Amino acid sequence: MSGIKDNWLLKVRNLTKIYGEPNENTLKLTGPSCNSNICPETESIVACADVSFDLFPGEVLGIVGESGSGKSTVVKLLYFDMEASGGAAWLKPFSNGHSNMLDASNQQKRFIRNHLMGMVYQNPRDGLNFRFSSGGNIAEKLIMAGNLHVGNIRDRASGLLDKTEVPVRRMDDRPSSFSGGMQQRVQIAKAIANNPPLLFLDEVTTGLDVSVQAKVLDLIRELQQELGIAMIVVSHDLSVIRMLTDRTLVMKNGRVVESGLTDQILQDPQHEYSQLLVSSLL
Amino acid sequence: MIENKKYSNKYNFAFIDESTKKEIRRKLLKAVAIPGYQVPYSSPEMPISRGWGTGGLHVSLALIGRDDIFKIIDQGSDASVNACNLREFVQMMTHCKVTFDTTEATLIQSRHRITEEVLKANQLFVFQVPQPEPLRGVERYENKTRQMHGEADYAKMWVSLYESFVRYGDIMLGAGYPVKVNDRYIMAPSPIPRWDVPNLNQSEALFLFGAGREKRLYVVPPHTKVEPLEFEDVKFDIERFLGKSCYRTGSGKAFLDELFLDDGSKQFVVNDSNYLDKLAAGNPVRQHVNKYLNTIQS
Repeated sequence: MSGIKDNWLLKVRNLTKIYGEPNENTLKLTGPSCNSNICPETESIVACADVSFDLFPGEVLGIVGESGSGKSTVVKLLYFDMEASGGAAWLKPFSNGHSNMLDASNQQKRFIRNHLMGMVYQNPRDGLNFRFSSGGNIAEKLIMAGNLHVGNIRDRASGLLDKTEVPVRRMDDRPSSFSGGMQQRVQIAKAIANNPPLLFLDEVTTGLDVSVQAKVLDLIRELQQELGIAMIVVSHDLSVIRMLTDRTLVMKNGRVVESGLTDQILQDPQHEYSQLLVSSLL
Repeated sequence: MIENKKYSNKYNFAFIDESTKKEIRRKLLKAVAIPGYQVPYSSPEMPISRGWGTGGLHVSLALIGRDDIFKIIDQGSDASVNACNLREFVQMMTHCKVTFDTTEATLIQSRHRITEEVLKANQLFVFQVPQPEPLRGVERYENKTRQMHGEADYAKMWVSLYESFVRYGDIMLGAGYPVKVNDRYIMAPSPIPRWDVPNLNQSEALFLFGAGREKRLYVVPPHTKVEPLEFEDVKFDIERFLGKSCYRTGSGKAFLDELFLDDGSKQFVVNDSNYLDKLAAGNPVRQHVNKYLNTIQS
């Protein structure tokens, strides 16, 4: 058993993000039992609290919940877009999992972001620089990893665009002239440019029409099977979760209310909020 | 009658008061210690407005001594309006000897050129810098660019070079080509042409950069490594004047200006006026040596 237990890729314990100044009662007075994430005493907002989970190599973990439940906050904290108020996270490839990556220096965090993680945002404007061409956006990731050979950069970028089904002849066009689905695929190409072991997907299909959604989801599933990347998929859409993920966390008011195998949660939800979520699935 | 000599000069020697000079020198020492790092400084009021060469003037006036010989050029020329006015001002305030001769000068202030003639160890070379921040084109916020410098996070700069190559087939930066100093900081060499950029590398002279409007000083100390940014397969190169040569001296191995003569014909002429005069008079003159210049037949 211990061999399997040691096999984790990402270990997260008590991840917490609070806006404002909390007092000692803040965590008690917020959460699903109070149906609020605003502390009545201090008016501080608990975006997420006490989130703990393990992620194994090649595994796909879903985080599902309503708007404001803190699911995006979790991945943004892990991708260092925001600073955590508390908690710890260990990533196996970073100093062999011995040091808390949330305490790392800015340089180390940038190394982790560039080499060990990729992020696909809901809005392509967050993940792509619209002043650079799509090839340039991918080049940015490759340059950050120390690649300074234009020929090699272009080979790799066209390979990635080909893999994500973006026409390679559009490589030198700006993403602003692309359709939403294409922008999203460029973002995915950028995120996997350095072969990271871990990929975050934050509401990647929200805002795309249904046929394009299906294509993007197909692409993600293919990449996952081909490259064996571990993923954390954040979505409010249970069909996305069902299609992509092995295991799911259900979040409400900043807390994890239920976790388990995706099939199990969808078939037999235990927590009343999960039951509501599953029953309201169209 | 007793003559009061102490107050016969209206202004302090070299215009700026001694404590402010001291501050500027202190900041320059810091800049020498961290090559390529932009040090904020006071940028005191001058009789010309900020951004008209005040940065260079601050550095020159803070460093000039009574024995210094001062030369000032503007885009290579000793005779342009900016150079003449500032020269006159410095001379009025210091009574120092001024010169056009690059070899004779001990303190050279310049706008947008390094002299064609090689510099020596006893010479200070001061640049007037309009925009000291090389990353400003890719990042408009000062707090962000400072953080990028602090963490040596220069990917955006490189991507802009990549984009330039992809879009135009070459890195389209004429003046102010970004350089990496001492393997650490990316620095704007002020808008000198690419022709001059290799001459910053391992120089005998001390290069001082003053940006008055932006209130920044930075320095390239002597014998410091200065490399233009280049990819492994897309290299930096100086301007090539392919087959063109100076109509007065016949030289093709100098930075050339395009010139329209009175009869409407187009000619080329050596940009550095003192170098041109020396070449035209047939005086011996030593040019900078670098690997790019070596490829040009004179």
